[in-house]
Amino acid sequence: MNSSAIAASGLRKAYHDKVVLDGIDLDVAAGTIFSLLGPNGAGKTTTVNVLTTLIKADGGTARVAGHDVATETRAVRAAIGVTGQFAAVDELLTGRENLQLMADLQRLGPDRSKRIVTDLLERFDLTDSAQKMAATYSGGMRRKLDLAMTLVGTPRIIFLDEPTTGLDPRSRRTMWDIIRQLVAEGVTIFLTTQYLDEADRLADRIAVLDQGKLVAQGTPAELKRQIPGSHVRLRFAGDLEFDSAMRILTDSTRDEEDLVLRVPSDGGAKSVRALLDTLDDHSIEVEEFSVHMPDLDDVFLALTGRTSTKVNAS
Amino acid sequence: MNNSTTMLRRNFKHTIRNPVAVFNAVLFPIVILLMFVYVIGGAFDIGGHYIDYATPGMIVLTICYGLSATALAVNSDMTKGIINRFKVMDISRSAVLSAHVAAGMLRSLIAVAAILGVAFALGFRPAASSPQWLGAIGLIVLVALATSWITVALGLAAKTPESAGMAAVPLIMLPFLSSAIVPAATMGPGVRQFAEYQPFTPIIETLRGLLTGAPSAGSAIVAVAWCVGIALVGYLWSLSTFKKRA
Repeated sequence: MNSSAIAASGLRKAYHDKVVLDGIDLDVAAGTIFSLLGPNGAGKTTTVNVLTTLIKADGGTARVAGHDVATETRAVRAAIGVTGQFAAVDELLTGRENLQLMADLQRLGPDRSKRIVTDLLERFDLTDSAQKMAATYSGGMRRKLDLAMTLVGTPRIIFLDEPTTGLDPRSRRTMWDIIRQLVAEGVTIFLTTQYLDEADRLADRIAVLDQGKLVAQGTPAELKRQIPGSHVRLRFAGDLEFDSAMRILTDSTRDEEDLVLRVPSDGGAKSVRALLDTLDDHSIEVEEFSVHMPDLDDVFLALTGRTSTKVNAS
Repeated sequence: MNNSTTMLRRNFKHTIRNPVAVFNAVLFPIVILLMFVYVIGGAFDIGGHYIDYATPGMIVLTICYGLSATALAVNSDMTKGIINRFKVMDISRSAVLSAHVAAGMLRSLIAVAAILGVAFALGFRPAASSPQWLGAIGLIVLVALATSWITVALGLAAKTPESAGMAAVPLIMLPFLSSAIVPAATMGPGVRQFAEYQPFTPIIETLRGLLTGAPSAGSAIVAVAWCVGIALVGYLWSLSTFKKRA
């Protein structure tokens, strides 16, 4: 096995005449987080389904953990863990029983499985609810249990299909921490997401998927260079203020009709304060002020000339 | 412990935690039995005690009535995403499905035992010898197996739990349109031919023959052939649907 945990080339998949994957090439190095970024309907889940042996591609090849996903399905399944978009937990079993079920299916033996189950319950902060049926769990708890179930067999490669969609900000952060821990232990993560900030924070490499095609691939920094960065938007009451601000903030872009200046900024409190202090020093009144962070829409606009909302509509 | 045993344990836990389904599967056939024996059956002249005529049909009806629970259980696995979890694990493909079949059969057999108990209390006096009893039990198990497999296939193919429940309805209705309650010969044209040629009539006739101590080899062969055929179609259909749907 070389250092690629996942390698795909020319993956194609169509349902009837609708092309879902149109030649996907991927290479994920072992021990890294790879994020597939795209709006709903871009083909993220289909890609995961092909790579995890759930569906067969119409064309192209893919190797996961060094095994062909089409011909060596059992070897691939033994090496991977998958957490799908919808928490796949057994609602009529308790949290502990759900984990035990996974351990039994993988024939871990009573002693080892008991240890693993107890460790996972603790690690995911589920010990208190371990004896409650999963049907009573909140959305965040279900996701945690779902991921814990995936980890029972200590897989080396983990696929996470939109692991934080629909989670509250707190649960989202917990999930991110868990993902970072896993990678620190040497696990390879294949993560799909609709959120640019999630991919940015977690991934070593990001690939942007649009209508079944990869429109960009690179490190978060490489990718961000291709899209308009975050900026502060300043609107002024009159020409006087606008003109003097323009003279001070030389790197800004201007919109003279609306009396608006856009100043590149990371959006952090420190740089924003510095910017406002500068304006204050020159006694320039700002009428309106807002921080703009790039989101998935900006990425799509920059890379495809369309917004992702339009992709959804078509 | 192999995968099938693990899965079976899971389904048993489901059954225990959903006592309403078991209660329903036991209660409804008993109500039907009481209704036909005490309310409606008095008007039928079948020559002999009506309870002796009706019980074999009620046994088959009980098996079929329990099927909707199986269809729902299979479909909820399918639509709630847990099937995909099982599919991406290196475990036996058929373990998930055969566990549903086994759990469904267990529910059926519990309900059959209950209906037999009630029938005995109402005066059911079968004349079967020990080997005939064994044959009857074997046929009951075979019918439960065949109908469970076809129901698992229906549950897998259905898009929603509601349609899975609906898909099992024809199977529940078929015994009513057989010789379960009255002899097929007494039915109107059209219905009579349907009743004579549908699978449940030879199955019920065979069971009735065994329990009354007068088995007919002809209907037994047809009954077993139907059961094996239905089981096989159900098994193959289930497996292919299971592999296809992601």
